[in-house]
Amino acid sequence: MATLTVNRPPQGGFCFENCKRNGLIEGEANKVGCSLPSARKTGTTICGVVFKDGIVLGADTRATEGMIVADKNCSKIHYISPNIYCCGAGTAADTEMTTQIISSNLELHALSTGRLPRVATANRMLKQMLFRYQGYIGAALVLGGVDCNGPHLYSIYPHGSTDKLPYVTMGSGSLAAMAVFEDRYKPDMEEEEAKGLVRDAIAAGIFNDLGSGSNIDLCVITKGKVDYLRPHDEANKKGVRTGDYKYKRGTTGVLTKVVTPLHLEVVEENIQTMDTS
Amino acid sequence: MAAVASMFPMQQRVSAQNDLIPEWMREEVSTGTTIMAVEYDGGVVIGADSRTTTGAYIANRVTDKLTPIHERIFCCRSGSAADTQAIAEVVAYQLGFHSIELDEPPLVETAAHLFKASCYRYREELTAGILVAGWDRRRGGQVYCVPIGGMLVRQPVSVGGSGSTYIYGFMDSNYKPNMTKEQCLELTASALTLAMERDGSSGGVVRLASISESGVERRVILGNQLPKIVSTH
Repeated sequence: MATLTVNRPPQGGFCFENCKRNGLIEGEANKVGCSLPSARKTGTTICGVVFKDGIVLGADTRATEGMIVADKNCSKIHYISPNIYCCGAGTAADTEMTTQIISSNLELHALSTGRLPRVATANRMLKQMLFRYQGYIGAALVLGGVDCNGPHLYSIYPHGSTDKLPYVTMGSGSLAAMAVFEDRYKPDMEEEEAKGLVRDAIAAGIFNDLGSGSNIDLCVITKGKVDYLRPHDEANKKGVRTGDYKYKRGTTGVLTKVVTPLHLEVVEENIQTMDTS
Repeated sequence: MAAVASMFPMQQRVSAQNDLIPEWMREEVSTGTTIMAVEYDGGVVIGADSRTTTGAYIANRVTDKLTPIHERIFCCRSGSAADTQAIAEVVAYQLGFHSIELDEPPLVETAAHLFKASCYRYREELTAGILVAGWDRRRGGQVYCVPIGGMLVRQPVSVGGSGSTYIYGFMDSNYKPNMTKEQCLELTASALTLAMERDGSSGGVVRLASISESGVERRVILGNQLPKIVSTH
């Protein structure tokens, strides 16, 4: 029997055919008066700065789904390689998966070259992937690391353009953070000064932008050492309740007490050992 | 890939809940720009402003839009930052490979044709206006213009980008053929200053480069060192 199926080579990568369908569904839903659930976006303030011996990356820890905080303590500083880390803003799933894909490819590349990976390599891989998807992958990244040529810092936009700068901010809180950087950045800062500056920049984003909040994570990368400080600063500790709504035992007087035991019969007992080998 | 192609009109995101994401975060990064290239006897002078915008926010105020494609061939980028960076990297690779095959420095015309090939083939998908300029042994200093759409034409002087519209008059009245390198540098600096003054999408510092047989000389003119041109304010 001849079959009608055509042998197509397996298509790798993401498939966006459902986007048109979602558009139609949203139209239908809006007619009835309800809206579709939105993808979780990391509202976010992320930033990075180059100091004398390396890089300091910073991020807030709030993940939002529309106007609701989906995760009060999510981690936005992603591992790329032992000497390279990447902060991610935009769609949470996109930043997570994109950084993981490039981290995996970079590890294979490093085994092939026999060298510690360079930040420029990670930058190329990320920008070429994001450009290929023409901005549909909503990942805005701050990539930083130290390699054989010194410390490097890049900002990468969802459409695939990159900028190599001494200080960068991304995310909805980036304007607040950039204001702090433009005021107080100096070239060749010491580590403590740089950490303080990044902490203040993220704090500006947290307290002035609705999409950013909770704690401040820092990542200090120097030659041969990485300090992943999570959390570095708990800027928004949950308050302690000053009152108690529980009533003490005995507040309500007991008038009568009736105890009725429930008779339960064991009908059937069956023991099955699980094969955990 | 018909399913993917039919999606192109759907540029908006599915969800309407975009209050937390300001407009400038959703806009694509564009080099608003003013770029310029002038030929002189023995080389070329190229110049650009340094502003990259996402909507109304300046994403990078010190951008380098003069991108080396080969040792003595540069391109000035305007339009979408992502598109022009991607094209420039592809062309730099292709030209480097070609140069190794030839075992001699490539021609500026070759670089320009490589740009044209990419810009014309993908003209519907790209927003890229590029000036290719450089020096080679066969024809000396050359400027080729590859605007949006993928045309290719050689011109002795060319301006591009959103700020270029403000300086066509200045260029028409002040450019004269057979200028010296110093005159070209002055002309470029003045033209860019005027454009940056009037165009909101251009600004920052003026980056200049002169390319000749002896190599590439790069210069930066900071905001307070720009030529003072008598104006209405």
